[in-house]
Amino acid sequence: MTTAISVQNLYMKFNHTLALDGASFEVRKGEIFGLLGPNGAGKTTTIKILLSLLRPTGGSVRISGVDVLANPQEARKIVGWVPQETAVDRLLTGRENLYLIAGLYHIPPKAARPKIERLLEIFDLTDAADRVVSQYSGGMKKRLEIAAGLLHEPAVLLLDEPTLGLDIHTRRKLWDYIRLIKRSGTTILLTSHYLEEADALCDRVAIIHKGKIMACDSPAHLKAEYGQPRIRVEPAEPLRPEQLQSYLRALSGVGRLSAHRADPHEIRLDVDDPFAATKAALAEAEKLGIPLKGVSAVHTSLDDVFIKITGSDILEANAVE
Amino acid sequence: MNSLQRLLFENVVLMKRWTCRLKRAKLTIITGLIQPVLWLVLFGQLFSRIMQPETLEGVSYIAFLTAGALVMTVYEASAVGGVELLFDRETKFLERLLAAPVSRFSLVANRFVYLILFSCLQCLLMIATAALLGVTVKTGVGGVLVILLISALFSAGIATVSIILAFVTKNHADFFSIVGFMGLPLMFCSSALIPLSRMPDWLNIIAHINPLTYAIEGIRKLVIFGWDWPYILKMIGVIVAFDLVVMAISVKILRRGLTVS
Repeated sequence: MTTAISVQNLYMKFNHTLALDGASFEVRKGEIFGLLGPNGAGKTTTIKILLSLLRPTGGSVRISGVDVLANPQEARKIVGWVPQETAVDRLLTGRENLYLIAGLYHIPPKAARPKIERLLEIFDLTDAADRVVSQYSGGMKKRLEIAAGLLHEPAVLLLDEPTLGLDIHTRRKLWDYIRLIKRSGTTILLTSHYLEEADALCDRVAIIHKGKIMACDSPAHLKAEYGQPRIRVEPAEPLRPEQLQSYLRALSGVGRLSAHRADPHEIRLDVDDPFAATKAALAEAEKLGIPLKGVSAVHTSLDDVFIKITGSDILEANAVE
Repeated sequence: MNSLQRLLFENVVLMKRWTCRLKRAKLTIITGLIQPVLWLVLFGQLFSRIMQPETLEGVSYIAFLTAGALVMTVYEASAVGGVELLFDRETKFLERLLAAPVSRFSLVANRFVYLILFSCLQCLLMIATAALLGVTVKTGVGGVLVILLISALFSAGIATVSIILAFVTKNHADFFSIVGFMGLPLMFCSSALIPLSRMPDWLNIIAHINPLTYAIEGIRKLVIFGWDWPYILKMIGVIVAFDLVVMAISVKILRRGLTVS
């Protein structure tokens, strides 16, 4: 079997709002799958349905062939979860927490011991294992929470915003741990609104917006499909308003101004042919006597894909929520 | 593991969480040890001049007070004890627990059982403190066992109320206001500090619908007077009835609090 998670036509209605509006996607065995969207798009609702913490209004969910709605306890046995919020008891030590969570999956202490020691080692927590979690740093706590999610060797690991609130360095380190988990054969579903994180980690991503899956593919394919070739023109000095005006007018034949990108320091243009556009931009600047620092082609990012599909920037969408 | 073994295993695992915390909570242990002494020494001394043996059916006030102090100590610990489940709700750790294939019943039962066991421990501590101050249980070791039984049954009802509050209050501030508010009237409208026969009539009537009174009266009988089985069984019967009522109320509330919506 190659499907780890199958979500079909999922609906979730809270009072009068539709949190999920017919969402469908499949996660393949062994991949890292990203569910991307701003707050309130339906990511956490989907995760909670996968864990039987919420019962959907309609639709079906299968994890490794187990019907989650019909057999919630069976499904919980094969799913690991690292929630966005509290996944461990702050007043227990790291090791005590792992024994507690192991017990919740009916692993007796004797059988849990080697698993716990191994996970502590993998996640570099052996030295901190007997310290109370309230003394842990954010990164350490997250690592412990991930280790706790792996104790029962789940077929599928759900990571809900795994790097939220961590600094860049800690985030990147955490990505290595997540890749390590993938190598052990565990399927990973992660939610994120850091698109560059999804780009770096995920084999495939689904973009969820207002409870609907808008697109689902590998980041490379999405960028090829939705991406827009673009060039960036940097003047040597900030342009005066009238300079900017006339230069923009001259460039109107070269490409369209990218959204939010008309400032005196940098001009971004959506173009058809970056090479031809670069030449044209240089020529127009010379004609107007505007000295340039440089012109370069801009690679499409998942952010561009996201804007194209949903019509809004993911961080702006978050701010509105 | 069969389902009964699994239930037992889950509860042991979850209770270990509380004992692990307790062994690091030095302050809780120290205050817990001092509390019984404060009750008996301070209250006992405060009222010893006015509360003469003739008002107390022939016993010293400290002997009279032992049962009241014991029941109040058990009451306080049990009434506050449910708050940990509310903290788990607030931090969403409860969701993490619910996402494990563990019986929903165990997630509450472990705290309930822990509070009862904790109450028994406090009960023994209070009896030992009283003994140091010269009050011995008239009915001996057998009496102590029955006192433990009464404390456990009483704690069960109060712990259930506390757990109900943990699932119906919005946050822990509300929880503590309610629990804090309940304590004083329940104590004054019971026979904890003075005999029922010395109470004003209206307070006496209220005291008769207060479960604390029945726990206190049953234990007091065993501490001071001796084996009066019909009386003791009647007290136990009322406490059990109280337990059943609050447990019946809790079923629906807990089911809603612990299942998928």
